[in-house]
Amino acid sequence: MANCPECGTALEIGDDVMAHEIIECNACSVELEVVATNPAQVELAPEEEEDWGE
Amino acid sequence: MEPIKLGLLHSRIRLEEKMLVQAIKQRDDVELVMLNTSHLVLDLASLPQVDVVLDREISQSRALHVLNALEQDGVKTVNSYAAARVGGDKVLTSKRLHNAGIPTPKVKIAFTRESALKAVEEMGYPVVLKPVDGSWGRLIAKIESRTAAEAILEHKSQLSSYYHEIFYLQEYVEKPDRDIRAFVIKDETICAAYRTSDHWLTNASLGSKTFNCPITPELNDLCVRATQAVGGEAIAVDLMETQDGFTVHEVNCAMEFKTSLQAVDIDIPKLLIDHCVKAAKQMRMGDQK
Repeated sequence: MANCPECGTALEIGDDVMAHEIIECNACSVELEVVATNPAQVELAPEEEEDWGE
Repeated sequence: MEPIKLGLLHSRIRLEEKMLVQAIKQRDDVELVMLNTSHLVLDLASLPQVDVVLDREISQSRALHVLNALEQDGVKTVNSYAAARVGGDKVLTSKRLHNAGIPTPKVKIAFTRESALKAVEEMGYPVVLKPVDGSWGRLIAKIESRTAAEAILEHKSQLSSYYHEIFYLQEYVEKPDRDIRAFVIKDETICAAYRTSDHWLTNASLGSKTFNCPITPELNDLCVRATQAVGGEAIAVDLMETQDGFTVHEVNCAMEFKTSLQAVDIDIPKLLIDHCVKAAKQMRMGDQK
């Protein structure tokens, strides 16, 4: 079980979540990066950079 | 034959990347190699051993460096460094489209506030100001008066990056409250979706809604030609509908497709992976000759 580093809410992270997947905290809507699975660890996702795009 | 080693170049796993991973796992002739640029250290003398790389990197700067290095070692890249270089730069893209005779909005480029203002006045209002290397509808301005032009150009010139002082000015095109995103793989437009919005910008990242757009021979031809013009092979082409027909306003190399998938009945991730594997196998066959 991991907690949101922003608001502390316990996060429900499914088994199918991949490392480095971006998820959103249901409570505060902050974007989080799953930095490890089994056990799950999350960090605040990086801020959007100027050269990001498709 | 040894499994094809397919590198997925990325730094974020979004829904699209998960779907691509799923498509790879459906195949027994492919070995997935995750290339995450947040952790990757490129040893230029010993690069990752892969047959093909699919570029899903959201940082265009990172993608260009990795694609370029891998290509020099004979790795097949989708899209190529050259295509990503053009697709990531609106000036290069517009010039390629123009020279290929593809309908595209008129564009002027200026390098100072003063010359940009002069160009805006010549083009007339409204006019659209875009960052050269931006995406997702960021920092795009519809300028409707000289007063607004003066203010926006001053603000732009105060931003930290030099690139904000390259003023890309695009003709404002009257269109319905929708545009079209079409997906091209190699020489075929595989599907397309209308993107509708109450806002004049219809980027999916800004929350537009999608529904299916039928592929006509005209649309297919135009999108394939636009893809070829930028040297791409897996490209999302954005078009607007005008009274005179379609006009292509953007091409996207690391195509985002999740919102379009809600509207089309085509398995885009599978077709993308199929294309990468086919291209890698052809490259191997070529090496063996």
